[in-house]
Amino acid sequence: MSGTATIDFRLGFAGYITCFSGIARREFLRFLNQRERFFAALVRPLVWLFIFAAGFRSILGVSIIPPYETYVLYEVYVVPGLAVMIQLFNGMQSSLSMVYDREVGSMRVLLTSPFPRWFLLLSKLAAGVTVSLLQVYVFLAIAHFWGVEIPVGGYVAALPALVLTGLMLGSIGLFLSSLIRQLENFASVMNFVIFPMFFASSALYPLWRVRESSEVLYLICLANPFTHSVELVRHALYGSFEPISLGVVASVAIAFFVLAVTAYDPARGLMPRRGGPPGEPT
Amino acid sequence: MTSNPKFSAIQLICALTMWGLLPCQAQAYTIFVSSEKDNTITVIDSEKLQVTNKIKVGRRPRGILVTHDGKYLLICASDDNRIDVMDTKTLKVVRSLKSGPDPELFVLHPSGNPLYIANENDNQVTVLDIEKNIVVAEVPVGVEPEGMGVSPDGSVMVNTSETTNMAHFIDTKTHKLVDSVLVDSRPRFAEFSSDGRMLWVSAELGGTVSVIDTETRKIVKKIEFKVPGLPKETIQPVGVRLTRDGSRAFVALGPANRVAVVNTDTLEVEKYLLVGQRVWQLAFTPDEKLLITTNGNSNDVSVIDVEGLKVVKSINVGRAPWGVAVGP
Repeated sequence: MSGTATIDFRLGFAGYITCFSGIARREFLRFLNQRERFFAALVRPLVWLFIFAAGFRSILGVSIIPPYETYVLYEVYVVPGLAVMIQLFNGMQSSLSMVYDREVGSMRVLLTSPFPRWFLLLSKLAAGVTVSLLQVYVFLAIAHFWGVEIPVGGYVAALPALVLTGLMLGSIGLFLSSLIRQLENFASVMNFVIFPMFFASSALYPLWRVRESSEVLYLICLANPFTHSVELVRHALYGSFEPISLGVVASVAIAFFVLAVTAYDPARGLMPRRGGPPGEPT
Repeated sequence: MTSNPKFSAIQLICALTMWGLLPCQAQAYTIFVSSEKDNTITVIDSEKLQVTNKIKVGRRPRGILVTHDGKYLLICASDDNRIDVMDTKTLKVVRSLKSGPDPELFVLHPSGNPLYIANENDNQVTVLDIEKNIVVAEVPVGVEPEGMGVSPDGSVMVNTSETTNMAHFIDTKTHKLVDSVLVDSRPRFAEFSSDGRMLWVSAELGGTVSVIDTETRKIVKKIEFKVPGLPKETIQPVGVRLTRDGSRAFVALGPANRVAVVNTDTLEVEKYLLVGQRVWQLAFTPDEKLLITTNGNSNDVSVIDVEGLKVVKSINVGRAPWGVAVGP
C-alpha cells in the first residue's frame, strides 16, 4: 500500500465515496452510540464557562484586545478558547479510537483496504472534524443563551476556521496515535500534550497577561499552534481575519498530516519499527 | 407594462431596511470630548467612530455642551475660570465667556439663553447671558455645586451640591432658590425627564439615583445598583441620561466600569453594560441611536448601541476624558 498522495483511478470515484462514507458512518455511529461522550465533551467547556469564568468575570475589563473593539467580560473572552478546546479533546479522542481499533484488530481491516493510506487517514480525520463541529456549535448555542452573544455572521465566518483548526488538531492526534503502542500509553501522552497545549495558549488568558509574568512563557505561548487555532477562531467569530494564525494552523495541519501518513506507512513509518500489531505488512 | 428593475431593487432595499434586515444608514454627527489632563477637545466622527481632530483649549476642560442651534461648543475651562466658545464647523475657539470661578458643569435654558453655570469653589450658580456675555445673576447654593438641570419648560433650574447633599430648585425668572430636596451623599448630576415630571439625581458616594417628583418635590424612589462580583463602594453613579420617549435611563457608575440601563416604568435596572474605567459623563447622538460614555481612567470613550443595548466600540482619546457632547 502506498502512502503517497495519488489517487488510484482503478478503484473508481464511487469507490472512494463508498470508502469515505463507510469511515464517516463508523465515526458517527461511534459518536451516536456513546452519548455520554457527547455530553462529556460539552460538560468540560461548560464547567469552565459557568464556574471558572464566573470567578474571573471582571479580570479583562482593563484592556481592549483585538478582535474585540471594546471591553469584554472574561466569559466572552474565554468562549473561542473553549470551542477549540472541544476540538482538541475531540481530535485526541478520535485518535485514541485509532489506537483502540489497532489493539482490537479492526484497524488492520481499515488499513489493508486497497485505498491509499492518506485517503483513509484523511477520511478518518474529516469524519472526526465533522463530529467536533457539531459539538462546538451546540456549545456556542448554549454560550449564547448564557449571554455570550457573538455577531450572527461570526457563526458562519467561524466555520472554515473551525474546520481548519479541527484538521490541525486531528492531524496532531493522528500522528501521536502512530507513535503509541498501547492505549494506556496514549492516555499519558494526552496528559503531556493536551494540558500543556491548552494552558500555554491564549485560550484562557490574553498573552499580554502572560508576558507580564514571564517573557519566556509568553514566547512559548506564541509558538504554540493551539494559540493560533484559538486566535484564528476568535477573529473569525468577530468578523476579522488573522493571516498569521491562518498560516500557522494550515502549515501545522499539513505538516502533521504528512507525518501521520508517513508514520502509518508500513514501508517507511514508525509502526513496524516500534513493533506494530502482529500481522502488519512490513 | 414593463417593470423597472432598478426601481424594484430600490423597493427591495427599502423594504429590507424597514424590516430591519439591512442596517439603516445612521446620520453622521460630531462627538466632542473634553480631556481635563490634556486641555484638549477630541473630535470623533459618529459614523466612522474614529478620532478626526484634537483641539487645544483652556486649562482643565470639564463640562461641555453644544448650543441648541448646533453652531458652537461651550467648554468649561475650569482652571482658567472662563468658558471657551468653539465654532463647531471651523473647530476654532472664537471667544471666551465669563463664568465665575472654577466652572465645572452648566446647562442652557431651553430657549438657548441664558447659561446656568455651577461654580464649584464659590458655592454659587452663575446665570450668564451668552449673547451679551453679561452675568445676569449669581445664586448662592449649597457647598460644592456641580450637577445642573433645567426643566423642559424652562421654569425651574436645579443644582446639586456635592457636600450639602441637596438638589436645589431655583426659579429661572426670579433666580431665587425655592426648594431643596435632601438626597444621598455627593450628588453629582441632575436630569429632567422629557415631560418634566421627574427629576433624576445621582449620588456618587451614596451609590444611588433619586427619582424626584417635580410637582410634590418628594423622592419617588431611590434606585440602587448591584453589579455581580463588585463591592458596593465601587458603584458610584455620576452621569444620567434619559431617552426622549421616557422609556429608559442610562446611569454611569464610575469605578464600577458599567453603565446601568434602567426601565423608567418599573424604575428597576434591566442591564449593566461594561465600558472603560471610571465612567463619568454620558451623551446621546441627536437621533438617540448611540450613547457615548467618557471613561476617565482608561482614557477612552465607549459607544453604546442604544437599541441593541450593546457596547460597540471603545475609542482612545486624550488623558482623563470628562465631558461629552454631540453636535450636528
